[in-house]
Amino acid sequence: MEPFTVVKGIAAPMLMPNINTDAITPMAAGRSTSVDLGKMLFNNWRYNLDGSEIAEFILNRPPFRNSRFIVAGENFGCGSSRERAVWALMRFGIRAVIAPSFADIFRDNAYQNGLLPVVIGEADCAALGATLATASDPQITVDLQRCVVQTPEGCELTFSVPAERRDALMAGLDEIDVILSMEADIENYQREDRRRRPWIYLDR
Amino acid sequence: MSATTAPQTLIDKIWNQHVIRELSDGRTLLHIDRHFLHDGTNRQAFDGLRRIQRPVRNLNLNFAVVDHILSTLPGRTGESHPPGIERIHALRDNCRQFSVQLFDVNDAQQGIAHVISPELGITLPGCTLVCGDSHTATNGGLGAMAWGIGTTEVMHVVAAQALLLRKQQQLRITFNGRIGPGVGAKDMILYFMARHGVTAGTGCAVEYAGPAIRALPIEARMTICNMSIEFGSRCGIVAPDDATLQYVAGRPYAPTGALWDRAVAEWQTLASDDGAPFDREIEIDCGRIGPQVTWGNSPQEAVAIDEPLPDPAAIADSARREALARAYSYMDLAPGRTMEGVPIDIAFIGSCTNSRLSDLEAAATVVRGRKVAKGVTALAVPGSMAVKAAAEAKGLDKVFRDAGFEWRNAGCSMCVGSNGDLVPPGKRSISTTNRNFEHRQGPHSRTHLAGPAMVAAAAVSGCITDVRKLIQ
Ligand code: SF4
Repeated sequence: MEPFTVVKGIAAPMLMPNINTDAITPMAAGRSTSVDLGKMLFNNWRYNLDGSEIAEFILNRPPFRNSRFIVAGENFGCGSSRERAVWALMRFGIRAVIAPSFADIFRDNAYQNGLLPVVIGEADCAALGATLATASDPQITVDLQRCVVQTPEGCELTFSVPAERRDALMAGLDEIDVILSMEADIENYQREDRRRRPWIYLDR
Repeated sequence: MSATTAPQTLIDKIWNQHVIRELSDGRTLLHIDRHFLHDGTNRQAFDGLRRIQRPVRNLNLNFAVVDHILSTLPGRTGESHPPGIERIHALRDNCRQFSVQLFDVNDAQQGIAHVISPELGITLPGCTLVCGDSHTATNGGLGAMAWGIGTTEVMHVVAAQALLLRKQQQLRITFNGRIGPGVGAKDMILYFMARHGVTAGTGCAVEYAGPAIRALPIEARMTICNMSIEFGSRCGIVAPDDATLQYVAGRPYAPTGALWDRAVAEWQTLASDDGAPFDREIEIDCGRIGPQVTWGNSPQEAVAIDEPLPDPAAIADSARREALARAYSYMDLAPGRTMEGVPIDIAFIGSCTNSRLSDLEAAATVVRGRKVAKGVTALAVPGSMAVKAAAEAKGLDKVFRDAGFEWRNAGCSMCVGSNGDLVPPGKRSISTTNRNFEHRQGPHSRTHLAGPAMVAAAAVSGCITDVRKLIQ
């Protein structure tokens, strides 16, 4: 997974609540592996039915075309478990989403891939979004070392991340390695459990 | 259990039984008893397995099915929907290479993962079950601890039959009283969300309890559990009881003989103890629930059929107010009116929420002897080929066909619009599915969620209608 330490860049304010995975990556927008996920991000909000860009949509407007962050409303990523929602955001260039809350599956998928879900209180998110909408240079810095977001005015908003997630993000570690380091435990569990609950194992 | 043990919830009991190891940082390595793969999202998981050069650890505990992207048209094959061919072939190739059992397109046991897993007895009370799909909690209707995961975690499960997790908080939702005529499980859960919102369960596993839940048949409990994710809960469960045992007994993958007896003895301990601590509790009075239908683009935007639509101007929170205004514009509706009489173009009965036999029966009861209204396209899509066969044995296919419904083969179909079954731009559908998000059933589609009887009522009326008027 892609490591995350300190990232600076443009942040797009998208303050609506409940931005769901069907908005982020609609299923009907193509399932083939040849689809560029970054191009189909927010497909129905970004493009007209004829494929032309919707000029008003924030990620179609400079400087937000080059956003590295999204500042959103509560419950970001609700809906499906599709990890391609995370892949599409990252493919577009997004490294962190800042919101008052995230849907559980989306948050876990984000951590697994090196997309940082930053939880900041509702009032601070709204204020940051308002600043970004009018700032001449809407850039922020997300510092995972210190767990702070630096706003365009230079204010610092602190956030917290579970220690193991932070360690993994900073080093770019994959969780599977941790799990497989416990293979002996899995083996022991299954040996015991086969005696306890033999009906689970469907031995044929 | 010794007399001194502290009271435990149902979820505590299942969790504790699956702990492989607790880590010092508070995470737990948890055993996964059952895993379903499907054609929608799992390809990269197999690529991951190849990358780390691992086999599937427990072949007997992993199953795969084609459900999301295949055609539901009569005579369909894996090639009938061209955009799906690549993925269906990839799933076949991967299942062959890794020796995973696949319920393929022409298999009599094929269907939507969350429909066939209980139906085949793959889902058992007290088991942990995951799938790379957010509606996996459907299996909680049988007392399984089931939840949806992303593709990376799918790879973890096939490689290790385990996941690294933090235990969630626990919410109990108690449904008291009884539901009235024309009201079903879908109405109960939509009513709950309309009152408590789409983040009521975020961070929580949910146990559904109370007399109105106990009174529900197993398939209806699955409908309730299915919608858990719509208010933020990955996992929703109903404690197993005699109805559960009756449902599971004799199913192809369920234990038999002495093994069945041992399993039942164990399953009978699976209930929350008196006084077991929940982080949160919510109670719902079912006597007040009328037939529900959603008007907006979030599942919480539901009203009873005779209830006026909310006025955004009355909402203090600006983000919420704007979201409501946006939904009115997208859905082309105005506050103040009721949903009664809103004309529809499409009626869809199907999806892992409401595509089991009892759902088709509830719809057929309304449809029988009536015709689909002029200008309305109506689809009935059984959740599995077994449901389809059972419905045909009861003559339901004839009821639907005679009325003018299309009678399809099993799959996700118009729920998510990834198999070519789409609501055209600007058209309005009433649908037994679980999500009314913008563009969900196709670009610029307008979706109204409701239970199967309400969808049937709208199909034959040409507009959204109080089903109670048709079943008197
Ligand atoms: S029926 Fe719909 S919600 Fe259910 S698994 Fe298929 S696409 Fe997902």
